[in-house]
Amino acid sequence: MQIVNFGGVDAVVIPGGFAHGDYLRPGAIARFSPAMEAIIEFAHNGGPVLGICNGFQVLTEAGLLPGALQKNAGLKFLCKEVELRVESTNSVLTNMAYEGQTLRIPINHFEGNFTCTEETLTQLQEQDQIILTYTDNPNGSMANIAGICNVERNVVGLMPHPERACHPLLGSTDGRVLLESFLQGAHATV
Amino acid sequence: MTEPLHRSLGLTDDELASIIDILGREPNHLELAMYSVMWSEHCSYKSSRIHLKRLPTEGDNVLVGPGENAGVIDVGDGIAIALRIESHNHPSYIEPYQGAATGVGGIIRDIFTMGARPIAIMDPLRFGPLDDARSRWVAEGVVSGISGYGNSVGVPNVGGEIVFDETYVGNPLVNVLCVGILPKERLVLGQASGVGNLAVLLGSTTGRDGIGGVSVLASAGFGDEEKDAEKRPSVQVGDPFEEKRLIEGCLELLNEGLVVGIQDLGGAGLACASSETASRGGVGMDFNVSAVPQREAGMEPFEIMTSESQERMLAIVEPDNLEQVFAICRKWEIRASVVGKVTPTGALRIVDDFDGEVLGEVPASSLHEDAPLYQRPMAEPDQIDEIAADQAIQLDPPEQIEEDLKDLLISPQWATSQYDSQLFLNTVVGPGSDAAVLRLKHPTTGRNTGRGIALTTDGNHRWCAINPRIGAAMTVAEAVLNLACVGALPQALVNCLNFGNPENPVVMWQLSEAVDGMAEACNAFNLPVVGGNVSLYNESQGVNIDPTPIVGVIGIIDDLNEPPPGQAWNEGDRIMLLGPEANGLCGSAWAFHKGHRNGSLPAIDLELHQRVCALTRTLVTRKLVTGLHDVSTGGLGVCAAEMAIHSGIGCTLARIPDHISFFSESPSRILTAVDPENMPEVEELAGEYQVPCVRMGLAHGDTFSVKNLCTVQVEKLEQRWSKRLADALDGGTTQG
Amino acid sequence: MVYDACVEVKLREGIADPQGSTIEKATANLGFTGITNVRVGKSIRFQVEAKDAEEANSIVTELCDRFLTNPVIEEAVIEIQVAG
Repeated sequence: MQIVNFGGVDAVVIPGGFAHGDYLRPGAIARFSPAMEAIIEFAHNGGPVLGICNGFQVLTEAGLLPGALQKNAGLKFLCKEVELRVESTNSVLTNMAYEGQTLRIPINHFEGNFTCTEETLTQLQEQDQIILTYTDNPNGSMANIAGICNVERNVVGLMPHPERACHPLLGSTDGRVLLESFLQGAHATV
Repeated sequence: MTEPLHRSLGLTDDELASIIDILGREPNHLELAMYSVMWSEHCSYKSSRIHLKRLPTEGDNVLVGPGENAGVIDVGDGIAIALRIESHNHPSYIEPYQGAATGVGGIIRDIFTMGARPIAIMDPLRFGPLDDARSRWVAEGVVSGISGYGNSVGVPNVGGEIVFDETYVGNPLVNVLCVGILPKERLVLGQASGVGNLAVLLGSTTGRDGIGGVSVLASAGFGDEEKDAEKRPSVQVGDPFEEKRLIEGCLELLNEGLVVGIQDLGGAGLACASSETASRGGVGMDFNVSAVPQREAGMEPFEIMTSESQERMLAIVEPDNLEQVFAICRKWEIRASVVGKVTPTGALRIVDDFDGEVLGEVPASSLHEDAPLYQRPMAEPDQIDEIAADQAIQLDPPEQIEEDLKDLLISPQWATSQYDSQLFLNTVVGPGSDAAVLRLKHPTTGRNTGRGIALTTDGNHRWCAINPRIGAAMTVAEAVLNLACVGALPQALVNCLNFGNPENPVVMWQLSEAVDGMAEACNAFNLPVVGGNVSLYNESQGVNIDPTPIVGVIGIIDDLNEPPPGQAWNEGDRIMLLGPEANGLCGSAWAFHKGHRNGSLPAIDLELHQRVCALTRTLVTRKLVTGLHDVSTGGLGVCAAEMAIHSGIGCTLARIPDHISFFSESPSRILTAVDPENMPEVEELAGEYQVPCVRMGLAHGDTFSVKNLCTVQVEKLEQRWSKRLADALDGGTTQG
Repeated sequence: MVYDACVEVKLREGIADPQGSTIEKATANLGFTGITNVRVGKSIRFQVEAKDAEEANSIVTELCDRFLTNPVIEEAVIEIQVAG
């Protein structure tokens, strides 16, 4: 795999938020931000790209990850800590975790209900692209999906917020293993 | 005969006479419209100002007191904190989602107007009972409006309250508090100075939405339905993404030192912002209405000047800096137009182009300083003695106390889980606790000070209905105790005084009494009042709400090296009650649930309360308690039940002889869970602080058990507690 | 020519519609019987300049494909008529 950096960037994180107010659809306008073309190229060249929450939505809108994120089944924004299960350690986000590891990490979204066609779901399952699932599905996500990666495993997206679970004062440090994996992946590509 | 124009705009004949006196002539329509909004109750505080003066507003830490867009205090480390509370009661009854959403937007603008980055929101909410369809609809809409706007604009919502009572059935209360941080040296005030400086309008276009909102909506009660329907267009629609850009753009303008003053556009729109900036700066302004970007064609000048379209700011800029201001606005995609020029005259002139026709001219300061000031008649309620004599302890004791207990359990989680409480990664304690706790970081360097900000909002209409003076004092006391539960020392208070129709002498008496009670408590606790909001005319079909003064209090935790104890206990902990003995049932949630709304309140011992707070802070700071919770709504019974629910562990309690001590809400009491090893030290400290301390029982097992009174599975309590709101509100709500 | 365009964005068949099913449940609670198959979409109205209806249609179609819909879950119904 050929690795190319642009402008000295080792990795890209598209964080959470409500880019452009989530108007039209979450990520639909942000997906056309000037930076996105470079990010798409960076991803296609094998660079590590992580989308968290709104960032995940942007990545699906941009076609870097399959599927789409719909409104939560309960039709409400959800801010709560959930339990995640690491399904695959073969991704730039999970390679330092162990399979079956459970992590307590908050979710904070209205549209985190992962949806895709049956074919896509089959592909995700067969190619081991489902990296994180909810142990108790909070939002109606298909196959309890909380996070996925692309076939090349360098682009990952997840609805939960690992950065919000990185300090004992914030209630959990379970997010660290994910971000540390990602950082290590970033260094590896330098 | 048609109503004279001034009356249809909400001005009295006397007020019109004053205007004629000021101008030396009859006002034209535009001028009259500006006076009507500026002299409305909402903007001028004409009924309450005379009373508010009795609140203490000074303190060593106070940088800006009441009267500006927000109060500001110095918290050390070069950091200042801006805070404010406001109401959006009336719009939220008419259009719950947008009413609540724009309330959030408005309070956030007040905070960044001071140069502060908004870092936390809290929403104290009051609705009619859950068995009322319209109240459910309002509650559901309000919560989603707060969620929809607040989450999107990106300010964490860290707590508040949600209370249901029949007093709010035709008049919900939607209050919102916002806190922001700024580098102390960057404090800006909303004033224009420097003749020749320009007023630049930033943000959204101006439409017909919200015209006369303050005079029509916020300064009159609700009557018949037809008229209410006519008021609907007065409600505005919020745009959180525009607001987000405004936050970032305005903070950058302030950082770069490019604005002389800045003012948000809230109630009374441009009429208020232009006259307020000019009058604060002791100058005048030529205001060019035709330069205001308009959302719809054919708007009249009076509509432009009084529109309350959301997400707009007015910045005062030196001409030399204009290009740089425009450049920053372009970067953030903020619309910016020069709409005014600062003049030396003291007059606010509304012009059609700067060289064009003068459409109206009034002394800028007359819109504020000459606003009427009323000493409205006050009267104690009739039969005040009979009401006081009707004591709640005379009610029959409950047949099954656990059923009454369950009826009082209600988790706010259904609402608070819709709010993002964790944005900015500083929330150590979020909603649902006695007080919220945030890490205190420097606003520009991001350096962690190791200290914490604690926040609480409190209000209790039950106490205040029975005795507004003692009730208001107890409200302040509860807030201070809530802060003590997380180890914080209170620094400043803001209040939102929600009352009925001020033309009713009893309502004015309630307001006056509540102000006195609040002043007494603030003086005792050395707590400055740095800002406030008064919401009057909270009446529906002639019925006034129970007086509901709500306070927001901010405290500082000196050493936040680990999270405060929280409200849970461990298996084997001893349960100890600190504070005086329970006293009476009047004003308790239990009594109100039984329909008993009369009685009297014993005066609160503020000195003892201070000692309880000091003891509590010491216990928390020295980590001597596993968990703790102040005894408030629902009394000791609900307090202990909530701790059991939070821990998933039961308890066996003694020394609660009857339903009175179980449900009494008398103040200054804390229930603590203590590791047996720490018991002697806790008791010794209680002795030192001269606070009564009683061993109540043991935390263990899965049953909530009070000797000779009640036994119930914690799980059953938990189910009732957690599902109450979801069961009522999740099935779809309708307007009724 | 200026054309009025109305795009109805709706969920593809078979995609779960939590808003639709919630509304459907609520209609029953309100006593409206026999309301079924509730689906929620959104309509987007705008004007487009084109030399003829065909061109207008193809511009709007491309806009829908690239931006107004997420083809993974949504599809668009396009209506075009001469502005007036």
